Amino acid sequence: MKYKAFLIKYAEIGIKGKNRYVFEDALCDRVAEKLAKVADGFEVVREQGRLKVNCPDVYDYDEAIEQMKKVFGVYEICPAYVIEDASWDSLTKGVGEYVGERYRNTPHTFKVEARRSDKSYPITSPQICADMGEYILNNFSEFKVNVHNPEILLYVEIRNYAYVYSDKVKGLGGMPVGANGHAMLLLSGGIDSPVAGYMVSKRGVTIDAVYFHAPPYTSERAKQKVVDLARLISVYTGPIRLHVVNFTDIQLAIIDKCPRDELTIIMRRYMMRIAEHFAYEKKCQALITGESIGQVASQTPQSLIATNAVCTLPVYRPLIAFDKQDIVDIAEKINTYETSIQPYEDCCTIFVAKHPVTKPYLNIIERSEKKLTGTIEALVEKAINETEIIEVSE
Amino acid sequence: MEAYLDNAATTRVSEAASETALKIMREDYGNPSSKHIKGFEAEQYIKKSAEIIANTLKCQPKEIIFTSGGTESNNMALCGAALAMKRSGNKIISSCFEHASVYSPLISLKDFDFNVEFAPVDEMGHIKLDELLNMIDDQTTLVSIMYVNNEVGAVQNIAEISKAVKAKKSDIVFHVDAIQAYGKYRINPKKEGIDLLSVSGHKIHAPKGSGFLYADEKIKLRPLIYGGGQQKNRRSGTENVPAIAGLGEAAREAYEDFDQKIDHIYSLKKHFAERINEVQGTHLNAIPKTVNGNSCDLDINATAPHIVSVSFDKIKAEVLLHALEEKGVYVSSGSACSSNHPGISSTLQAIGVKKELLDSTLRFSFSRYTTMDEIDYCIDVLKELVPIYSKYTRK
Repeated sequence: MKYKAFLIKYAEIGIKGKNRYVFEDALCDRVAEKLAKVADGFEVVREQGRLKVNCPDVYDYDEAIEQMKKVFGVYEICPAYVIEDASWDSLTKGVGEYVGERYRNTPHTFKVEARRSDKSYPITSPQICADMGEYILNNFSEFKVNVHNPEILLYVEIRNYAYVYSDKVKGLGGMPVGANGHAMLLLSGGIDSPVAGYMVSKRGVTIDAVYFHAPPYTSERAKQKVVDLARLISVYTGPIRLHVVNFTDIQLAIIDKCPRDELTIIMRRYMMRIAEHFAYEKKCQALITGESIGQVASQTPQSLIATNAVCTLPVYRPLIAFDKQDIVDIAEKINTYETSIQPYEDCCTIFVAKHPVTKPYLNIIERSEKKLTGTIEALVEKAINETEIIEVSE
Repeated sequence: MEAYLDNAATTRVSEAASETALKIMREDYGNPSSKHIKGFEAEQYIKKSAEIIANTLKCQPKEIIFTSGGTESNNMALCGAALAMKRSGNKIISSCFEHASVYSPLISLKDFDFNVEFAPVDEMGHIKLDELLNMIDDQTTLVSIMYVNNEVGAVQNIAEISKAVKAKKSDIVFHVDAIQAYGKYRINPKKEGIDLLSVSGHKIHAPKGSGFLYADEKIKLRPLIYGGGQQKNRRSGTENVPAIAGLGEAAREAYEDFDQKIDHIYSLKKHFAERINEVQGTHLNAIPKTVNGNSCDLDINATAPHIVSVSFDKIKAEVLLHALEEKGVYVSSGSACSSNHPGISSTLQAIGVKKELLDSTLRFSFSRYTTMDEIDYCIDVLKELVPIYSKYTRK
């Protein structure tokens, strides 16, 4: 079956008021970018509450579907058979070709749903349903009508030309990237942060990322793993600017001056500060972390107060109430899990205390942090100035 | 400055070996099985390599089977011999600190009803021969012992072990993993009682993807790879002519001016072992000491020339490794082949390295290209880094 068009339905964009064009334009662009990887000549246009993709003569159907399934904002993809001339004889002939080729003499129950956006068309929608149903019954003896629970819902749509379609492929839902601002993801090599980035991006947010590495305590492979993770989620989020911050000296200064059981909390506060610096620089409206209540010592409600206190931007924590297994399920779905579990030590674990504080008091943490005054400022500035930016895309 | 001290992981390909390989890839690229002149020429390279190698081992060229490297050679020897002799018995004996390419095929043979036992070693990395001999029973068909241990450089007295094993049961097939030994020792399989001997090319300045198994002509091997019947049906697949010819060149070079080359590598090791004391909190592993009156000398010559294993107090090996890397010094923690798998080296455990040092041990390994300056540079860098990095540890 050769489909000359896809109809793309979107969910939430439909309810946006005067801004709707912003969302539709973003979705058009994202779909077109993906399809450009499949073949030249795809054309994506807005058409009354949905998108229409005009296909080139030659392309790989399965690959096109796979690509569109990775675009946030796509609710459903319907491969459509296009009938250029919508006059009744030509229409029935076209529908007959579609049914014959698509279902190849296998028995099915069906129902026709017709829509006529071209109101000058001489036959009304209910009449099209009835007449088309009759035509199919006459020509395909293995087909039976079932108006309540049909196996096949055959959609016939008449504009200045006509479509017929009966398949619907589920998309990811959400909103197209670029429609809802910009945020900075704190990306570690773990399972959670890539999932957090994916989820926020699914709401239409453009993502950049910060990674903290600590050579020689963490290896080049640990860094590559994070680049790989960024590349894997960029399939969904689009290109990511990954900021690689050398955190070693800051970490060692904290070890020198602060109590070891507070190390992780204080480290995380500096990570938030540095991430926020880059967030402002890139005009982001938020930070994103993969934190989840109680997962580790630095993610208890008390610890979250301590890390949150240094931020002025909102911190999006999409996984805050997720169980680990639920996070793993998403990581597997978006193909980051296998990379995340590669065993390279990251800077959060290398010096971790045997018994880190789990219920830090903000005032105590702040008092410990005062001991860094005078040394840490220069180290933070140096880390920021020497940050490497890697442009990551699929 | 750079110091590549990871030659037990892999070596730089020598000029002669790489030029030969390149010429074959670009000019003499025929398939050795082709009947025309291009095929004949390619075949000659293989023949010549087999002759060179046979000459280094004092064996016949037909006893050399080219493989893709050490791992395949070990697999071919162990699985091939065990399966070929299955009717005579199902017990295999090896040692407890073999390389994974010996250990893993042996474990997989358990699925085919083989019974595998591993003899212990002492703290110098020498096999406890009595215990090995006690394991031999009437079902035992195969014994596999590594010549030079890849992590600590311990050397076995292969001739003595083979003699004792065969005295106990004369029809045992004796395999030697010589991947770290070939090119460093003069090996004579016939005299030393070796029936199968595995060698890897890239440890001796030949290209990766090259290696061979010496198999005494009397030994039956069941092939691992079936196909077009190349190499007398023992290993099918179009021969990797560039790598094989490179290996031949590398083997020739390795045994040319042999004593001079080995003396150079020993002098590097000796210098390293002397100077490592300048670095705080270091321990040399598996080097025997001889007592001369009041002084105590390290018997470097009783160990392999190119491998030194050092444990460092209070430093994680991987951290020091990456710190050295930043200074251009490249070494390994554990053996490179297993470095990707976190976990503790079984070799170090086997030779009784203290528990707290297991994760704090680095391997420095040299080649004939290594210079005394590189050794000095490495020691100087260690003197600078070790005090810094032993300060910050996990608590």
